[in-house]
Amino acid sequence: MAQTLDQLLDLVQQRLVALWPAPWQPWVAAFLGAAAIVATFGGLFALTTWLERKGLARIQNRLGPNRVGPYGLLQPIADGLKMLTKEDIVPRAADQWIHFLAPILKVVPVLLAYSVIPFGRHLVALDLEAGLLFFFAVGSATEIAVFMAGWGSRNKYSLLGAMRAIAQLISYEVPLVLSAVSVVLVAGTLSLPAIVDSQAGHGWAGLANWHVFTPWGLAGFVLFMIAATAKTNRSPFDLPEGESEIIAGHMVEYSGFKYALFYLGEYLSLFAISGVGITLFLGGWRAPVAWLDWVPSYLWFGAKLLGCIAVFIWLRGTMPRLRADQLMNFAWKFMLPMSLVTLVAAAMWHATATWTFPGAGLWRWVLGAALLLLPYRALSRSLTQRGRLGPRRYRFAD
Amino acid sequence: MFGAGLLKGLAETARNFVGSYHDPARLPTVEYPERRLELPENARVFPFLVYDGADPERGLRCVACKICEKECPPQCIYIVLERDERGKPQKHPRVFDLDISVCMSCQICVEVCPFDAIRMDTAFEWSTPDRFGGLLLHKTDLAKPNRYYHQIHPTEAAETDARLAAEQAKAEAKAKAQAKPKAAPPQPAATPAAATP
Ligand code: SF4
Ligand code: SF4
Repeated sequence: MAQTLDQLLDLVQQRLVALWPAPWQPWVAAFLGAAAIVATFGGLFALTTWLERKGLARIQNRLGPNRVGPYGLLQPIADGLKMLTKEDIVPRAADQWIHFLAPILKVVPVLLAYSVIPFGRHLVALDLEAGLLFFFAVGSATEIAVFMAGWGSRNKYSLLGAMRAIAQLISYEVPLVLSAVSVVLVAGTLSLPAIVDSQAGHGWAGLANWHVFTPWGLAGFVLFMIAATAKTNRSPFDLPEGESEIIAGHMVEYSGFKYALFYLGEYLSLFAISGVGITLFLGGWRAPVAWLDWVPSYLWFGAKLLGCIAVFIWLRGTMPRLRADQLMNFAWKFMLPMSLVTLVAAAMWHATATWTFPGAGLWRWVLGAALLLLPYRALSRSLTQRGRLGPRRYRFAD
Repeated sequence: MFGAGLLKGLAETARNFVGSYHDPARLPTVEYPERRLELPENARVFPFLVYDGADPERGLRCVACKICEKECPPQCIYIVLERDERGKPQKHPRVFDLDISVCMSCQICVEVCPFDAIRMDTAFEWSTPDRFGGLLLHKTDLAKPNRYYHQIHPTEAAETDARLAAEQAKAEAKAKAQAKPKAAPPQPAATPAAATP
């Protein structure tokens, strides 16, 4: 029973594919997979806009949207209608083609990136050997879209936003990839389903063997999530958009459907990167404790994804936007060294995996934690003391 | 240590989030059309005309003296005096129009009215699809009973009523006092007459 439930989506797909003549079957299977991904994550996009507005409202002691439908649940539909009925304006000075292509290029690579994420047991559209590499390669294409939007609009705010975006996205790509590399180091594979398999089994007190339950994994997860926030342009790293300074950055000259596409792309990349974070550190579709294994795997994935989204909303409701120099300092002086340290800690963890003497587990933990905490302590002290991070002291002529 | 401030901030927003579900102090929103806040007693929006008794036409306290029309800073009151068929002024407005799209709720008309005829209303839901006709209030829209005045501004209305009653009593006493001397002269006249013989 549990087995069938778990494989329900697979079975449905096989039934549907079997309806077609044999030479068409691979194409139909691919199409079905793509359609399912677009439909699911399109729906999740709508749900997330509602969740975000509700969550932010509650954080700010407001009620949030509650007029359209029960609990305001139809608000995304109203928003969508509003977006679609708006006039689509292309500035006369804009570079027509680049301006037109940018929003499309923002969405399509993200959808491609979904193809390698395992959403459940056997539930992956494309089981690539180097899935993680594919994900990061495709995900980086959206940076070009942002710059195309900023450049093609021929607007100074757009260009400023695009410049900021490029600087930010490239800087945070480094810690993002480095923290993912530490998982690759331990798991010994670049394939995402294989990385999920490397976290199988249960360890101490029935707790799952997820990477996040190790010292380097916890640090790596936190670093990954911070870099993911920056990579998806979300507060507190929403400088490229910066409504209060450069209006909406690269999106100033977009309206109507194209503007909606930018938002869609942003949220889709948020889900995709959370999905990869879940796969790398949170055990993918695996249950946290052994006795919950009967719950279908895709439900676990969905629950973890919603949890990640909730954390992103919580962060957005809490943090003020960083300044450009703080952003860069944070990336290069804190995130980069810490992700290197995490890599070292992961290497140590991997090297000591063969220890068998009594108390080895505890020793690995203590060593790993020390390896991370001491550099963290030193780094935070030196950064705060020399005033490189934290409040800027202004000097005025007197 | 690095990051402690962030955690403190996250805790604060989490407290707000959770509190908004059970702590009314953390969710002060009153959903307006269904529920509304009690207006404070001296809330004021636009003026209305007070009438005594049951008939809004005959009971109007306004005597069309036009003081408010002259004093109103943005000039949004328009009054035409009622005259009878022989052209005699009737101490009653034939037209009393107030353009609330112009009125600035300064209450000067209320301050200057010598007859306590015009007072500030608390009704604020005046939205209308017609910004010209819909916002021009006529005498019939403006006239509201003294009872209503007592409802919206009880203290002020009681004070006005007491003052009016006192004035009326004084006027009656004066009238009586004036009537007495008129009635008295025959008495002194009678006394000399009685004394003459
Ligand atoms: S409240 Fe002020 S502006 Fe309004 S009618 Fe009276 S005097 Fe004029
Ligand atoms: S409301 Fe008062 S001031 Fe204005 S015309 Fe009437 S009696 Fe005179």
